[in-house]
Amino acid sequence: MASYDPRSALQDLGDYLEAARAQDVTRVEMIRGQLVVWTGRERLLELLTFLRDDPNTLFKQLVDVTCVDYPSRQERFEVVYNLLSLKHNLRLRVKVTTDEDSPVPSAWSVFKSSNWFEREVWDLYGVFFSDHPDLRRILTDYGFEGHPLRKDFPLTGYVEVRYDEDQKRVVYEPVDLVQEFRSFDFISPWEGMTQLPGDEKADEQTGPKAGEGA
Amino acid sequence: MTEQSIKPMTLNFGPQHPAAHGVLRLVLEMDGEVIERADPHIGLLHRGTEKLIEYKTYLQAVPYFDRLDYVSPMNQEHAFALATERLLGIEVPERAQYIRVLFSELTRIANHLLNITTFAIDVGAMTPLLWGFEARETIMEFYERVSGARLHSAYFRPGGVHQDMPAGLADDIRAFCEDFPRLIDDFSNLLDENRIFRQRTVDIGVVSPEDALDWGFSGPMLRGSGFAWDLRKAQPYEVYDRMEFKIPVGKNGDCFDRYLIRMEEMRQSVAICLQCLDQLPEGPVMAPNHKVTPPRRGEMKRSMEALIHHFKLYTEGYHVPPGEAYGTVEAPKGEFGVFLVSDGTNKPYRCRIRAPGFPHLSAMDFCCKGHMLADSVAILGSMDIVFGEIDR
Repeated sequence: MASYDPRSALQDLGDYLEAARAQDVTRVEMIRGQLVVWTGRERLLELLTFLRDDPNTLFKQLVDVTCVDYPSRQERFEVVYNLLSLKHNLRLRVKVTTDEDSPVPSAWSVFKSSNWFEREVWDLYGVFFSDHPDLRRILTDYGFEGHPLRKDFPLTGYVEVRYDEDQKRVVYEPVDLVQEFRSFDFISPWEGMTQLPGDEKADEQTGPKAGEGA
Repeated sequence: MTEQSIKPMTLNFGPQHPAAHGVLRLVLEMDGEVIERADPHIGLLHRGTEKLIEYKTYLQAVPYFDRLDYVSPMNQEHAFALATERLLGIEVPERAQYIRVLFSELTRIANHLLNITTFAIDVGAMTPLLWGFEARETIMEFYERVSGARLHSAYFRPGGVHQDMPAGLADDIRAFCEDFPRLIDDFSNLLDENRIFRQRTVDIGVVSPEDALDWGFSGPMLRGSGFAWDLRKAQPYEVYDRMEFKIPVGKNGDCFDRYLIRMEEMRQSVAICLQCLDQLPEGPVMAPNHKVTPPRRGEMKRSMEALIHHFKLYTEGYHVPPGEAYGTVEAPKGEFGVFLVSDGTNKPYRCRIRAPGFPHLSAMDFCCKGHMLADSVAILGSMDIVFGEIDR
């Protein structure tokens, strides 16, 4: 991380957004020198339009839309919009949360590049985008079922394909593993365990612990 | 008489087509020979890289990045290494930074060699491909000498580069860099003023600056439309701020401009390589923090602690503090980014791979509309599409 260090500029930007768009921004935080802005689903498009057009921000490019899945949360999906301002040479992440049923408004009307990114998030996570011009699956197979990047989707999937010599076509079959996928618990009691057995009830309000579900 | 509406002809291009650059299935709606709508179907090379990485340790995730854009493997490892290092908060030794820049630029040359030559063959020129692959092979040889593998090198690892360069490699790279511009001149002689090449590329697939931003273009696609935007200059990482190089910028945003930009970028890359070799300092190539980077083989013979570190690192791997980070590099195709979310374990909670080709291909419909069928091949070639990174 040599000479490019925009921390102070990002700090200023965060303060500016909190002041200018208090109605849109629910939270602003700095994570490892990168600025993250939280907003609500219904305010997303206003915020993105503002970020794109305001002379102090000019985030003209939507670099990426992605999603992170936290199954234990009430609203399990975190949709992440990664913006870039060529003019001010800054990056910004905008985040909204959603669950399986609540649609997120599509950013297509603000950034054309969101088209495929949102299709991908829909395909792999099952987050629905309202008013998207063409919300089809994109990366998975034709006729694929399920959303593979969700944490509750198994790594091996449910079906496998092979070419059937008799039927002269590709057939789908349930996955048959010779050996179960081996997932080791690497949380050693010496360093990984931050909580002693029996102490679980002491602080139950904390989020998912390291190594949960391993 | 009722007016008869003619249904446009649907043409299926690919997935097995030599000009599809891999496994692109392009469904084209044609009005005669003019494209009315292009609908790329991707995902035929989808291997679930992001899902797989969630089940691997950070070190085991590195080789997956070679297999994304298999034409420029090291740049992608670089983005992953930068993101991981940001999470870990470790500094890379200076020599490793220089080696990273050196090999990033060699990779850029290798990538552009493949792109320009296959682009040329798509629009009818055979010879550049034959010449280009010979030089590409030389670069592959450098890869092999430094990492042991021609293609899937797994060389840039979080904390530095895996091993130091072997003796004599620096001199051979220098000899290559001094000789290579001659080959670029040869390409220029073949293509720049070539009437067929120009007819196929000039004013084809024009992208205006506004559209280039709106569609999320990066790399030569963005520079072709007139933006002097290069992450190596704008947000320098490693030692790029010590390098002197220029950013070529296009005027018209057509396929020919993108070709010229790639040609000039190769020349600039050669200049950066030579500067790296001139300035290359002595020293370690891995951060000395043995909770993250493995100890040297010699140490392991004597030190019990080193042996334990080695064992722990190659079985359990290192634990990365919780948080998230976006690491990005200027890959030959554009902005390649890795968005890592860590939950404090030895495996990434989420590893998002932002491939530059993805938004480029998503603009295929916009770029092709109103062009002839044959132009779609030229547009595709100038986008520098590789399916490993798009399908992931």
